[in-house]
Amino acid sequence: MATLNINGREVTVDVPADMPVLWVLRDVVGLTGTKFGCGIAACGACTIHLDGNPTRSCVTPVSAAVGKRITTIEAIGETPAGKKVQRAWLDLEVVQCGYCQSGQIMSATALLAKRPHPSDADIDAAMSGNICRCGTYVRIRAAIKQAARGSAPAAKGA
Amino acid sequence: MHPVSRRDFVVALTSAGGGLLLGYSIGAPWHVATADAATPLEFEPNAFIRIGTDGRVTLIMGQVEMGQGMFTSMPMLVAEELEVGLDQVRLEHAPPDEKRYVNPIFGIQATGGSTSVMGLYGPLRRAGATARTMLVAAAAQAWEVDPASCRAHRGTVTHTPTGRKLSYGALAGRAAKLPVPAEVPLKDPKDFKLIGTPAKRLDTPEKVNGKAQFAIDVRVPGVAIATVAASPVLGGKVAGLDEEKARAIKGVRQVVKLDEVVAVVADHMWAAKQGLAALAIRWDDGPNATISTADVVRGLDEASQQPGVVARKEGDAAAAIAAATKKLDAVYQVPFLAHTTMEPPSCTVHVRKDGCEVWTSSQVLGRAQATAAQVTGFPLEQVVVHNHLLGGGFGRKLEVDYVTQAVRIAKQVEGPVKVVWTREEDVQHDVYRPYYYDRIAAGLDAQGKPTAWTHRIAGPSILARWLPPAFKDGLDVDALDGAVHLQYDIPAIQIEYVRHEEPVLNTGFWRGVGVTHNTFVIESFVDELAAAAQQDPFEYRRALLAKSPRARAVLELAAKHAGWGAKLPAGWGRGIALMYSGWDTYLAEVADVEVSKAGDVRVRRLVCAVDCGTVVNPDIVKAQIEGGAIYGITGALWGEITLKNGRVEQSNFNNYRALRMNETPAIEVHLVRNFEKPGGMGEPGTAVTAPALANAIFAATGKRLRKLPVGDQLRSA
Repeated sequence: MATLNINGREVTVDVPADMPVLWVLRDVVGLTGTKFGCGIAACGACTIHLDGNPTRSCVTPVSAAVGKRITTIEAIGETPAGKKVQRAWLDLEVVQCGYCQSGQIMSATALLAKRPHPSDADIDAAMSGNICRCGTYVRIRAAIKQAARGSAPAAKGA
Repeated sequence: MHPVSRRDFVVALTSAGGGLLLGYSIGAPWHVATADAATPLEFEPNAFIRIGTDGRVTLIMGQVEMGQGMFTSMPMLVAEELEVGLDQVRLEHAPPDEKRYVNPIFGIQATGGSTSVMGLYGPLRRAGATARTMLVAAAAQAWEVDPASCRAHRGTVTHTPTGRKLSYGALAGRAAKLPVPAEVPLKDPKDFKLIGTPAKRLDTPEKVNGKAQFAIDVRVPGVAIATVAASPVLGGKVAGLDEEKARAIKGVRQVVKLDEVVAVVADHMWAAKQGLAALAIRWDDGPNATISTADVVRGLDEASQQPGVVARKEGDAAAAIAAATKKLDAVYQVPFLAHTTMEPPSCTVHVRKDGCEVWTSSQVLGRAQATAAQVTGFPLEQVVVHNHLLGGGFGRKLEVDYVTQAVRIAKQVEGPVKVVWTREEDVQHDVYRPYYYDRIAAGLDAQGKPTAWTHRIAGPSILARWLPPAFKDGLDVDALDGAVHLQYDIPAIQIEYVRHEEPVLNTGFWRGVGVTHNTFVIESFVDELAAAAQQDPFEYRRALLAKSPRARAVLELAAKHAGWGAKLPAGWGRGIALMYSGWDTYLAEVADVEVSKAGDVRVRRLVCAVDCGTVVNPDIVKAQIEGGAIYGITGALWGEITLKNGRVEQSNFNNYRALRMNETPAIEVHLVRNFEKPGGMGEPGTAVTAPALANAIFAATGKRLRKLPVGDQLRSA
């Protein structure tokens, strides 16, 4: 038995201590917004926050999450940075298939929460663990900058 | 979004370009049992639109959403003619139905091959216009006025002279009783309000908050989770396993052993994965046990030395080459490629006594239904298939192998089971882009101008398996796509195809398939010709495009915006490539790369110019080129599946690399706007990128790469 704090709620789960948080969230708790992509912390699709730090949940045993605040994509919009990131993602039409975007948004939000005005190098460092096979990186970078500025989207010409 | 099965009956079959049978249907709404049959609750003028008496407009999406914007561009086509705003519609996944949701280009219910807008631009507009015509007719009937005196706007019909208004909801019941008009006028493109605008995507709000439902997210009550291991060698079988060890793991419910695949069924994925590892499966590798990539290449090399079936012939190319001042010939090769959609294959199945229910994500929903019916023995009507958003498609989900497998497993399981592939299973049991082997040659005159061109493509035929009617006279139109569309004005041309199957890996569609491979070969070789003629590669191409003004225009536009001819930093190179194919889209790309002394390639900038005819949504077109180019960079730089002892050597993103944020170049996209026939946009960005990069690498290093991926070919020995 482990008691977890997920998105501000206490949840008790009967799972093995070495079970990755990813599968606890998806298959036990029923929060499927956090995605499975690789299982070896190589793609970032499973990114959650543990006490605000971006964490690959596919290789994080549940025992390591006990006593920490778990935040998932389902609740990230309740944080100021998360809300700004979601807004910018939609304003700039970042998303294509969307499967990796939970992880992208979690990584971007953690970046902006720590560095409200990130440089390109900061963006590279924070985001290069998240793979997007649709290839939305150009827009992700632009959206992070826009979320940082907190400005309205630039007019889009056709 | 929820798929429904409806009991509509087909009242008319209309043939539209390419032999489309558009099933117009009326009456009998799917939940008619709750309604008075005389006053239908809903108006369903055709397979794509449902309007409730509450005014709710539902558009039924026969084309699937895998990131390419179908759930926005398809509604735009319908809404434009239906006269509703995109904010007024809700979307629903279509059920499997090979006739009503046929893709007119394939003749089956399929989303792929960059065909959706090409194939459905007319039919979906007609669907919207038909419904609008009927709603206007219903209003005119109610008011006893001439329909011509009424106009529709944002879901309301107004009688212009008197200002009377009726909403579509109020008209739905009456409209449902009217005959379906055989002919309806479509808007003049200059009157478009929606088509051609960067309308916001309809599928994305739920994709930023975790609510979007992909196949892997399906949670049916009581569902078990299974993961699988198929024979690592194609054609191998299970020889033995330690079932007791797997069953000892907490949460493991069952081990399902089929001939060539084993599944562990558990309470959750972690137990299933642990259980699978504990099985320590022993395999009988079968006849492919010793095959390596070199064996495949040897077979293709031999095949490519034989004459092929001629696909295009102008003049006597062989004689013209023999007589040329200068002769060039080369062999080009492209490797097997995996797709690595971010969402690994996943399928939930519940086989019951009286039928089967499937939840998955597929680019070919009718085939998913058919395979489930075939495996279970149930008739199609007893197989319900629910489609979901696809976490990437790229051609992978034009195959139903993972559905077939899940249904076979589910037959052995009590209750519903969700089969989830690990990434390793995905990389090692994909349906791969084939290895192609090309022989290409040209003759130049004294001025360096090409007088003849021969191109022989050797590789398997995907179409012969996937869509047999499309494989005709020994020619695979996909394998030849782009090659037979060569735009350069050359007096003698011969294009041949040698079909050569290498049944050691399953092969299928990838983003671009034939075109992606052919564009690399053609555009690299044209660059070779320019170099042999000691001419600028942009000007050399341009001079050969007098008869193809749209191709020449995008080439010039890309060169202009890229600043073609400007000096670059040391170690950088600039390359150009042009793409045209059966997609009817013209795309040119200029790539800037930096090659380090150690031989590492960094792509710095891509400038694209595209003419895809009528643009439905310019922002989605741009996104497709940006994303397609990034998919192309990944493939060109690193993409390669290799075989050793019959086994795929790659397994996950650590050794099957994908481009990342810090490696991504700046990408500019410039659109040519016109109202020509719409072309395909899903794949061109991928197809044009490899040759642009290879040509830029040549410009930077003087090294011509005739084989992909770039990999470590530039590393100093």
